Amino acid sequence: MALLEVKGLGISFGGLRAVDDLNMEVDRDSLVGLIGPNGAGKTTAFNLLTGVYEPTDGIINLDGVNLVGKKPPEICEAGIARTFQNIRLFSQMSVLDNVKVPLHHHLSYSLAESFLHLGSYRKKEKEMDERAMEILSVFDLDKQADQLASNLPYGKQRKLEIARALATEPKLLLLDEPAAGMNPHETEELMNTIRLVRDRFKVAILLIEHDMKLVSGICEYLYVLNFGTELASGKTGDVLNDPRVIKAYLGE
Amino acid sequence: MNKTSAGKTPAKYGKIVLNILITLAVYAVMMVVIQGGMLSRQMTSIIIPCCINVMLAVSLCLLVGYLGELTLGHAGFMSIGAYAGALLTNYLDMPPVAELLIGMLAGGIIASVFAVVIGLPVLRLKGDYLAIVTLGFGEIIRSVINSLEFTGGAKGLSGIGTYATYKNFTFVYIFVILTILLIANLVHSRHGRAITAVRDNYIAAEAIGIHVGRFKTMAFVISAFFAGLAGVIYAHNVGILKPANFDYNKSIEILVMVVLGGMGNIKGSIIAAIILTLLPEVLRSAADYRMLLYSIVLIAMMLFNNSRFKLAIVEKRNLKKAAEIQKEGE
Repeated sequence: MALLEVKGLGISFGGLRAVDDLNMEVDRDSLVGLIGPNGAGKTTAFNLLTGVYEPTDGIINLDGVNLVGKKPPEICEAGIARTFQNIRLFSQMSVLDNVKVPLHHHLSYSLAESFLHLGSYRKKEKEMDERAMEILSVFDLDKQADQLASNLPYGKQRKLEIARALATEPKLLLLDEPAAGMNPHETEELMNTIRLVRDRFKVAILLIEHDMKLVSGICEYLYVLNFGTELASGKTGDVLNDPRVIKAYLGE
Repeated sequence: MNKTSAGKTPAKYGKIVLNILITLAVYAVMMVVIQGGMLSRQMTSIIIPCCINVMLAVSLCLLVGYLGELTLGHAGFMSIGAYAGALLTNYLDMPPVAELLIGMLAGGIIASVFAVVIGLPVLRLKGDYLAIVTLGFGEIIRSVINSLEFTGGAKGLSGIGTYATYKNFTFVYIFVILTILLIANLVHSRHGRAITAVRDNYIAAEAIGIHVGRFKTMAFVISAFFAGLAGVIYAHNVGILKPANFDYNKSIEILVMVVLGGMGNIKGSIIAAIILTLLPEVLRSAADYRMLLYSIVLIAMMLFNNSRFKLAIVEKRNLKKAAEIQKEGE
């Protein structure tokens, strides 16, 4: 059984059918791309998967659990984490704290312990620090742990957002245009990071991307959206050579 | 690996020791001054108001500075606490300290209950809308108290035991320190981080599993609890409660303390609360020009907070810190 199963997913905003009859399957530990021209509904699809919008029809199953109607925090707990197209960090918090915020589900303590800094507070905070530093070191961010997130250079902010998403221990990671605004060198580095993340954290990754070098370099399987519906899907090489896909991207 | 953040480091212990020393030193100085009778009556009468304003400012700092929501109804929660506590202690017949403790517990809890009732619908609003609704809430509380029989109405509630005067400084001081300590601790915990995360980006916070509404309500309730405590102390300091003392001017006064303290800065809120309580009294000799000077000082403080001069100081400190981190990293 696939990790993520999406069947007949759709949403209307008034008369606009932003996503229509979307069917997807993402297997465990796989790297899948979601591509399509601007305005095709890719980010809307992500917002449906993460509960930002509630779908008007269709089903979303993660590991056999139905996610339709759940709120974003519940979907996060079910095992989907995401990054955003325009980076959304906790900019006035330290890099370390950015990663410690999502850890609180797995390393929890009571409100009374928060007030008094007694009981398991110290032990749990220490565990959080260690776990957060471990994740940060994977992204080479451990040396900047004490800096404010907003002081990081752009590329590192993108990495921090991925690190923060991984701290929720997801089964599926959604990356919304991770290479946006990066130069070719940074994109190259990002590709290695994404591969490393998949192998090291044992997550399936579904990513939206316009950078075809990145898509063809790391994605094993592709879904192509156009005008809210699926235009094509299949192995990366086949899809990118599909005349319909080329037409959608480049025109006649 | 960089160890600066993992666990309690010597630097952090140093900070804790320093805070304890400051706490004790302030207490020692105040006790000497009070016991030695070195203060004029005018000065002794504002010691407790200073303490009360510190509690109010620090509790509001949690909402405005850390949760990032502008609320203008803090005096409302203070008045609920004050009236609840005073009505209870008027009814009780016990040693003053016991009465006061029970009154404070009741005042804090009742203020929190109101915070839950009001918070649940109101906290869906953001920014200006929330500010307006909380302002309205504060005014409604005041009008209700004004028109009720058992609160004494506009004449006020009198006959409250003045247990919390400067002679009982130790008692009040303990609660000031408790308020500061508990809120500062909360800020540096998983709950505090979640609250701050909501401020910085609530969409991202939701996406990583934070129930935004839950943490907003939590901050609102905790803040109201401490405002309620401060209200009870206030009631037992002045001995008579009048609804007019809790109008929106009071809410704004507290807000100004938090803003001047540099939002999200507990230390700043404490200092601003003390200065802004002392200032009108110190300026009393200026008679007619008092409020004029007060406003000028406010403007000057605001300008300083945003000045290049201060930015330069902060930048220098940050650079130094960055250099230290760099060094340790190598």
